[in-house]
Amino acid sequence: METEWTRREALETSVVPTGATVESGANAAAESAGDEPIESTVRLSINGEDYTLTLDHRATLLDALRERAGLTGTKKGCDRGECGACTVHIDGRRALACLTFAVAVQGREVTTIEGLASGALHPVQAAFIEHDAFQCGYCTSGQIMSAVACIAEGHARSEAEVAEYMSGNLCRCAAYPQIRAAVLAAAGEAGR
Amino acid sequence: MRPFAYARATDLASAIAAAGTDGTSLLAGGTELVNWIKEGIARPTRVVDINGLSELDYVELDSTELRIGALARMSTVAEHPDVRREFPALSVALEKSASQQIRNMASMGGNLLQRTRCPYFRAEVELPCNKRVPGSGCAARGGEDRSLAVLGGSEQCIATHPSDAAVALAIFDAVVRVHGPSGPREVPIGELYVLPGATPHVETVLEPGDVIVEIALPRSGLAAHSHYLKIRERASYEFALVSAAVSVESGGGIVRGARIALGGVAPKPWRLTSAEADLVGVALDDEAAMHGALARDFEAARPGRQNGFKIELAKRTAIRALQIAGGVA
Amino acid sequence: MSIGTAVDRLDGTEKVTGRARYTADVPMKDVVYAVMVCSTRAHARIARIDVAAARAAPGVVHVFTHLNTPAFGEVSGQPLGQDLLPLQGDLVLYEGQPVALVVARTLESAVAAARRVNVVYREQPFDTDFSTGLDRGETRPIFFWEPDSHVGDAEAAWQDADVRVRETYRTADRHHCPMEPSATLAVWKGGTLTLFDAVQGVADARAVIAKALRLDPSQVRVKNDFVGGGFGCKGWVWPHQLLAAMASRELGRPVKLVLTRAQTFTSHGYQPATIQTLAISATREGRLTGIRHDSVLAGSYVGNHVEGTGIGTRSLYACPSISTTHRLVRVHRGDPTPMRAPLEGVGLVAAEIAMDELAYELRMDPLALRLANYAEVDPSDGKPFSSKKLRECYERGARRFGWSRRTLEPRSMRDGRDLVGYGMATAIFAAFRQPARARVSIDAEGVVLVETSTQEIGTGVRTVLPQLAADVLGVPVERVRLAWGDTDLPPAPMTAGSVSTGSAGSAVHDGAMKLKRKLEQAGARGPADYAEIVRKSNMERVTAEGEFDPPVESSRALFSFGAVFAEVRVDERIPIPRVSRIVGVYSAGRIINPKTARSQMIGGLTWGIGQALLEHSVMDHRLGRFLSKNLAGYLVPVNADVGQIDVSFIDEPDPDVNPLGARGIGELGAIGVGAAIANAVFHATGVRVRELPIRPEMLM
Repeated sequence: METEWTRREALETSVVPTGATVESGANAAAESAGDEPIESTVRLSINGEDYTLTLDHRATLLDALRERAGLTGTKKGCDRGECGACTVHIDGRRALACLTFAVAVQGREVTTIEGLASGALHPVQAAFIEHDAFQCGYCTSGQIMSAVACIAEGHARSEAEVAEYMSGNLCRCAAYPQIRAAVLAAAGEAGR
Repeated sequence: MRPFAYARATDLASAIAAAGTDGTSLLAGGTELVNWIKEGIARPTRVVDINGLSELDYVELDSTELRIGALARMSTVAEHPDVRREFPALSVALEKSASQQIRNMASMGGNLLQRTRCPYFRAEVELPCNKRVPGSGCAARGGEDRSLAVLGGSEQCIATHPSDAAVALAIFDAVVRVHGPSGPREVPIGELYVLPGATPHVETVLEPGDVIVEIALPRSGLAAHSHYLKIRERASYEFALVSAAVSVESGGGIVRGARIALGGVAPKPWRLTSAEADLVGVALDDEAAMHGALARDFEAARPGRQNGFKIELAKRTAIRALQIAGGVA
Repeated sequence: MSIGTAVDRLDGTEKVTGRARYTADVPMKDVVYAVMVCSTRAHARIARIDVAAARAAPGVVHVFTHLNTPAFGEVSGQPLGQDLLPLQGDLVLYEGQPVALVVARTLESAVAAARRVNVVYREQPFDTDFSTGLDRGETRPIFFWEPDSHVGDAEAAWQDADVRVRETYRTADRHHCPMEPSATLAVWKGGTLTLFDAVQGVADARAVIAKALRLDPSQVRVKNDFVGGGFGCKGWVWPHQLLAAMASRELGRPVKLVLTRAQTFTSHGYQPATIQTLAISATREGRLTGIRHDSVLAGSYVGNHVEGTGIGTRSLYACPSISTTHRLVRVHRGDPTPMRAPLEGVGLVAAEIAMDELAYELRMDPLALRLANYAEVDPSDGKPFSSKKLRECYERGARRFGWSRRTLEPRSMRDGRDLVGYGMATAIFAAFRQPARARVSIDAEGVVLVETSTQEIGTGVRTVLPQLAADVLGVPVERVRLAWGDTDLPPAPMTAGSVSTGSAGSAVHDGAMKLKRKLEQAGARGPADYAEIVRKSNMERVTAEGEFDPPVESSRALFSFGAVFAEVRVDERIPIPRVSRIVGVYSAGRIINPKTARSQMIGGLTWGIGQALLEHSVMDHRLGRFLSKNLAGYLVPVNADVGQIDVSFIDEPDPDVNPLGARGIGELGAIGVGAAIANAVFHATGVRVRELPIRPEMLM
């Protein structure tokens, strides 16, 4: 078809004409060299408990939590730091577990949703239930960890501020107004 | 991801030595590096973690300059009262970057050294991209270029620089202090970034072994009247479509002096030096005259297939930012 | 009385503590990790595929390709997502098609090994741009509807019309982007297959997978506790699920396959781009005389999904002549699939912008135009509506929104540098019904158990079904347990198309009624006696089987409705439209739980913000691929995008749809809102944009 060829020709440097063979994965040879996993045994402090794990250095904190430490409360939404579902606290500040190598948090304090409260619900957790701030629940762990930190940071002083400072946590069910209401309510209770 | 050894740098000297070693990447906040490793864009065989270098984590003000340690986190700097007061455009630029989680993790030095941004560059497979694989072509040219550069690009690359902070630093004539194998040196922010030209994979003047240790901003009265305006389609958590960092000194609504840098339009923050001159004497609320004063700087603009609208949008953004900084909007 | 009560979600504690279990959370001993290798070409033959290096990689257990994968059994058509089964041949028909499956002991080693698979493609000519194929559109059925419909003579009406509007509207390719990437954990053991699978229909998944693996359905069990959003992409059954199941059987061990976010853009459908032409004719007084809604939809070579954009137009307004056509243009992509909201959700973008254009042609208030053409009966077949409170929706919505403040002229309302626009649209969604079964029982402690295979994907069915049983039996909802998400349980329909409350709910209602009768016949005078009756029965529990078998035909037209009003602000110089507030009022029959229902509508309205202003999955047609398979390039709304949203219902039971009188709401919230926002942008700026999403360059 005429149009097809014209478009194709326009992209001289990057499109291969019909019929030619194209190799994909041509880095196979380069990849083969030295592919044995490199591991270390590390002691991670998670929710106040010590976990001694032998980990591939490539393992993210997210994968270490979920696949090795048995803490599946933290969720993987994109693994690229674009959705916020994996939000945890590292030394008390909210951070993304998918953009953190597990070996890099040795010596630092990690808090996950499982460690937020024992026994009774944390006020933010209770507020989320009261204000129906979740639906499918998949982003909820990240939302709550983010919300707790947002309040502690002093970024929950108005609805607009909460909206902005919680925008790093995507919610496709779009419980956003309810999330804002829950955060404001919990912040109010916290007397901030 | 290919396997890598992991080590922690105990002091700056060892970090510099590591940075100069083939196959070694320095790890600070990780918000860039971890993604590039996952995508195979960065393939280190050793990662050296420099987060322990607490001596690089500070914000200090003295009589002549504000100094920001390279490992100061973006969120810390954004909220710092001295930054807010003296260099508000930087504070705003940081607050508008990414998300608070990422701002907590990311270092100021790492923010400056972000790879330039283009959907072809960061695809989950290798597409023709001269930055990613030198010589493989630029699929963005003549392609889906809506978010890409209208200034400073080349036949080989039209990616834009994603950093908001760098745009603010550009109007403050910030200086990046670098330690390398041959000792310390200073790089003005306007000279840090290299335009793609024929070698898009070369993005900065830094050599292997160079480590950014500090960013210094000279104090000035102009800086305190600064603003950063970020235009994006989503209300938050998105790179700039266009952005403008400005500082302005005015009297009776007439511009006496201005600094303007644009983001989202070029492979580096783009200072509008001609406009800075042509704006003197123009009334801030005279939209048409302001618009005219920007004309010279855009003569070099080259619209692509879809991004031509950025030229006009950038002008309007700069004007609005000046009006806000000048107190008339 | 539990129906109509704003009960907190019964799965709340699990979800806020991180204890709610999604498929990828399920622990499994001896599990191995499967990673797909996907085609980088839109149309090709696999000339050669080298897996030796991958096989030799550390930790690798096996590598499947089309050369060594057993043939699947014959299975085609829905609920299979697409007819091209994975790894069965060397033909590649879309970028993203699986060409290999690498299985390894750890996730990292599987990912690393996958990069070592070397594929040599023999390229074929390809086309991913359906707009170049408008002359080769096919006519194919849309579920059970005919693709073309003609009532009256819309052509003649057009010729004779006083006032006419004929325009073409475009909607974009969009992706579901649920927060949970699809995941399957396949466990083959002792001749049976148990699948933990993030699906909207466990029974549908079982049916397809059993056929594909040549098993009896009784040998396959599909389960899930919670699904992290589906929105349509987890409804049909897709290649990655078949691959995980096959691999588990071949390897004799549990196989866990979780899609990467990038893979979610090519692995389970998307909402196709559409080109829709509306031709509307009317009298000078604003009475419609004819509507033609002609649609061209993007399709694929691997399946037959047709996006039924004109379906809603058939029943929307009183008009003597209404014609709709649908033409499918195949291109080299994966097959599209329903996405919130399908059908009317895409079609009303065009129809309701066109109605707004007609209003301006007539110099008539857009709401008055809708009211002037209010359909008392379904114009497609003359059937009376089962229950339609759309007038009330318009009235309450207009009042709550302040529609009367609207001045007709575009660019006539301002606030500082912002141009302000008010737009509105009608929403309509056909109410579907599916057969369902539920078992309702009570034990000697008086705890009620409801068992049905429904799926909790966020709609709140986990809470609503116990409410229904509690309501009938007169017990507190906390005393009602629910077992769900398991093909071992009485079958309920897929959680899709807003059917669950009405259909599974009616089965629960029926079962609870039967249980109550049983207990009363055994001597119970009220709920306080139930426990004792069970104890006296010497059985562990007293049980009743509930059923819902809706008739295929109905003498009534079953639809839900809404009126959506949107306020948009557009800076006059930097024209990024921002939706400042939305008012939506809905007629969906009875509302079982107003708290969860409100959240559903807010969710749907937010999807509309995305549809109108943000969501566009850009395809590079030279490369034949979706360009940005990530959440930075594909823009779903964030918290700060959503302003004030005011949602309410005209809550009245529908006497015909089912015993509950509930028509369901999940899709409805995402319908009409896209047009309302687009109409508001026109009112604000005077620029009529006929292509979504609206981008600033269109307003400059």
